[in-house]
Amino acid sequence: MSTDIGIEKMRFDFVGMRRPGSFAPVLVGVVGSGNLEILVEPRDGAACAFEVETSACGFRPIWEAVLHDFHARHAWAGVQVSINDMGATPAVVSLRLDQAAAQIREAGP
Amino acid sequence: MNVSYAECSARQRLAALLDGGSFHEWLPPSERLVSPHLEQLGVPSAFDDGVVIGRGRLVGEEVYVAAQEGAFMGGGVGEVHGAKLVGMLRRSVRDRPRAVLLLLESGGVRLHEANAGLIAVSEVMRAVLDVRAAAIPVIALIGGDNGCFGGMGIVAACVDVIVMSDIGRLSMSGPEVIEASNGVEEFDSRDRALVWRTTGGKHRWLCGDCDALVEDDVAEFRAAALQALSGHRFVTREALEDEHALLARRLHDAPPGADAVALWRRLGVAAAEQVSDLSADDVRGLRVEATPA
Repeated sequence: MSTDIGIEKMRFDFVGMRRPGSFAPVLVGVVGSGNLEILVEPRDGAACAFEVETSACGFRPIWEAVLHDFHARHAWAGVQVSINDMGATPAVVSLRLDQAAAQIREAGP
Repeated sequence: MNVSYAECSARQRLAALLDGGSFHEWLPPSERLVSPHLEQLGVPSAFDDGVVIGRGRLVGEEVYVAAQEGAFMGGGVGEVHGAKLVGMLRRSVRDRPRAVLLLLESGGVRLHEANAGLIAVSEVMRAVLDVRAAAIPVIALIGGDNGCFGGMGIVAACVDVIVMSDIGRLSMSGPEVIEASNGVEEFDSRDRALVWRTTGGKHRWLCGDCDALVEDDVAEFRAAALQALSGHRFVTREALEDEHALLARRLHDAPPGADAVALWRRLGVAAAEQVSDLSADDVRGLRVEATPA
């Protein structure tokens, strides 16, 4: 439980293994109550960078665990993942990340 | 297969409404043109500030479009959101597409942005009228769960053609606003049947406040939008005076108690009591065309 008011910003950088190839930016989800939007874009370098802005403050360890789990499965390299969150549960975050990954796969070469 | 318009996001609606792959977005999320106000208030921003603008094709015809995302702050119009709408409308005057489609879903001004939102809405109204004055039809589609209220309700009233589903609602003050300012005896915002028969698509159709009534189905909205392409009308003084006369007559003739069912009966609608249970197709046949005064 957190009583902080404001937006908490977090950044996590993971070392990636696989480049998804060139792709147009993908947006999934909506910034609504209990939901989030995820923007996935190509970026320079080998890392997969996650930037999170959330209205639910104090959940950094959970974000790290959820994003680490996603990265363990996809190991993206050269990808920027930007998230605007309005209190989505970890399960919803995981589903949205997988939805974004699926869209990039479908649009892929 | 039936795809619910109400359950789609703004982006899904555009994808379903326009010809496949024809949509090109202006100021897409990757531009990160977000609200300058929300973060200071501890509210998350959206990368598109809750509205998607761009151009696309409707059965081959070029249309400029905007779609408001009701799930983000109830579709509230903030400074950037409003500026995107205005920019698209002004560009329409310059480039002259076949029509402008506004997929409206909004509670009105985003109160967090106060005067900036109010000014934005007034600029949207002006821009809509400029597009109409350039002989380009402006078509509003209303079928989202959040309805179309407040300033955007006024914007809707400024367009050439309004297409609604029964789920869609259109009004000025929303139910909660009326209850908060005039009391629950005046309007019980939790009475969903009352709310829908006072603001819903069927009521707007029977009163002549919308031009097409469709089922909650993206294919029906697409068909109605296509039909509306030829629906341009210039705003003339005569048309405005006729509208004022019609509204004055409606107020004068309104039955005591001001309940929608009694009003429909007064308008000559057959089976007024059953309207809420009927399909859009059945309700379409019930409208009594207003006779000139």
